[in-house]
Amino acid sequence: MSADDGHRHTPLHDVHVALGARMIPFAGYQMPVQYASIIDEHRTVRSAVGLFDLSHMGELHVAGTEALAFTRYAVVSDPGTLEPGQAQYSMLCDVDGGIIDDLILYRTDEGYLLVCNAANRGAVVAQLASLLAHGDFDATLEDRSDRTALLAPQGPRAAELLSPLTELDLASLGNYRSIAGKVAGIDCMVARTGYTGEDGFELFCAARSAVRLWEALTAAGAGLGLKPCGLGSRDTLRLEAGMPLYGNELDRSVNPYEANLGRVVKMEKGEFVGRAALATVQQVGPRRRLVGLQMRDEAIARHGYPVVVEGREVGVVTSGTASPTLGERIAMAYLPAEHALVGSAVAVIVRDRPHPAEQVKLPFYRRPRPDAA
Amino acid sequence: MMPDDLRYSREHEWVRVDGAIATIGITSFAADELGDIVYVELPEVGAQLKQFAGFGVVESVKAVSDLFAPISGTVTEVNDALRSGPELLNTDPFGAGWIAKVELADATEPEGLLDAAAYAELTAG
Repeated sequence: MSADDGHRHTPLHDVHVALGARMIPFAGYQMPVQYASIIDEHRTVRSAVGLFDLSHMGELHVAGTEALAFTRYAVVSDPGTLEPGQAQYSMLCDVDGGIIDDLILYRTDEGYLLVCNAANRGAVVAQLASLLAHGDFDATLEDRSDRTALLAPQGPRAAELLSPLTELDLASLGNYRSIAGKVAGIDCMVARTGYTGEDGFELFCAARSAVRLWEALTAAGAGLGLKPCGLGSRDTLRLEAGMPLYGNELDRSVNPYEANLGRVVKMEKGEFVGRAALATVQQVGPRRRLVGLQMRDEAIARHGYPVVVEGREVGVVTSGTASPTLGERIAMAYLPAEHALVGSAVAVIVRDRPHPAEQVKLPFYRRPRPDAA
Repeated sequence: MMPDDLRYSREHEWVRVDGAIATIGITSFAADELGDIVYVELPEVGAQLKQFAGFGVVESVKAVSDLFAPISGTVTEVNDALRSGPELLNTDPFGAGWIAKVELADATEPEGLLDAAAYAELTAG
């Protein structure tokens, strides 16, 4: 991948520029934040299919006879339950239980593929390399990020988009499942995963094939209403779906129980990094919790705005926006556990004034079930 | 294209003078830069605006931006249509997306602003 302005380019950089995308620096890359309109791209993913370039994300592969033992020790989930072709959401925590990154863990034929946030790739590699150096595991770590591209068609028509381009049996590919095969003649790992709250796929391919795959997908999607989508709509889509974003909801000062991700932590699997600290949190309960907020007036809560209860500042907003799907102003925030209660009222300080909000259940948006009558 | 009959500030607001009253808004350049506008915090009628000081806020999906008064004066009317239709700032920034009408404190102030050609140059490239 080439670089200028000190920022790296994904293999699709020239395609984005030609499409008129607004490019912004993100996690060391020049990335498209929007092509025409964030709201329009957001609605395209909710109603048809949008195509994201996620080639900035990190792909780290663990192999060796003890790949499972090592991965199981490094992450908080239990990869021992994965068959080849299965995936799970997971996190890498430090010894204090703080989240180094959240990631998706795929079992491959030869080992485990960890797909991590671009901004945390260095930290994840450093943590895994350190654990390998100090442990006694017969395992190897390979950073495949630079030679891997990731294209994500997301939306209710994503399967309709891919089906004519592949002989893979997508109908029997469940959520958090992956399969290797050709899409538009290009070797891919096709995963039914995403970060939008809709059905969708993530296609991992060689960096040199990214432009061809993008062009094949956009050509095939022309009749389905496919549009290229940028990081702006990716953020509003994941927020509606109640999904955390590292740097907003998650960081090293946050543990999984505070972020409502306690279900991901598998104490019963045995020793792993952060286990003792996390066991304590599990026993006594987290001191604060991530909650959903819906504003009761027109104000929009944003990252960093204070949350007050009875005039006292008790928490902070982690993400907030005007929800394109719901027509409401939504936010996520950390509140002390004793104040975290669905239905209870809080206020968010927006430009020095309190604005009323109500705690609501997460996620804000859940996609309609396809078989629902 | 920037309308010829307006004056422009370097912070991308426009002014249309009609006698003692100036109508103000944001330019199409500013609206495009902001992206989809989802909220406008309008000044109150009677508020005193000071040239180049903040007088309101616009929020796009992603970001919050201050509005800076291109001229000084007293707000006589605000565009209430923006409360339920902030997207007017994107679709018709020089027309239906006007923000406020202001009684000018100093009739010479608008002359110190940019004309359409100078503003077009400022925003070119």
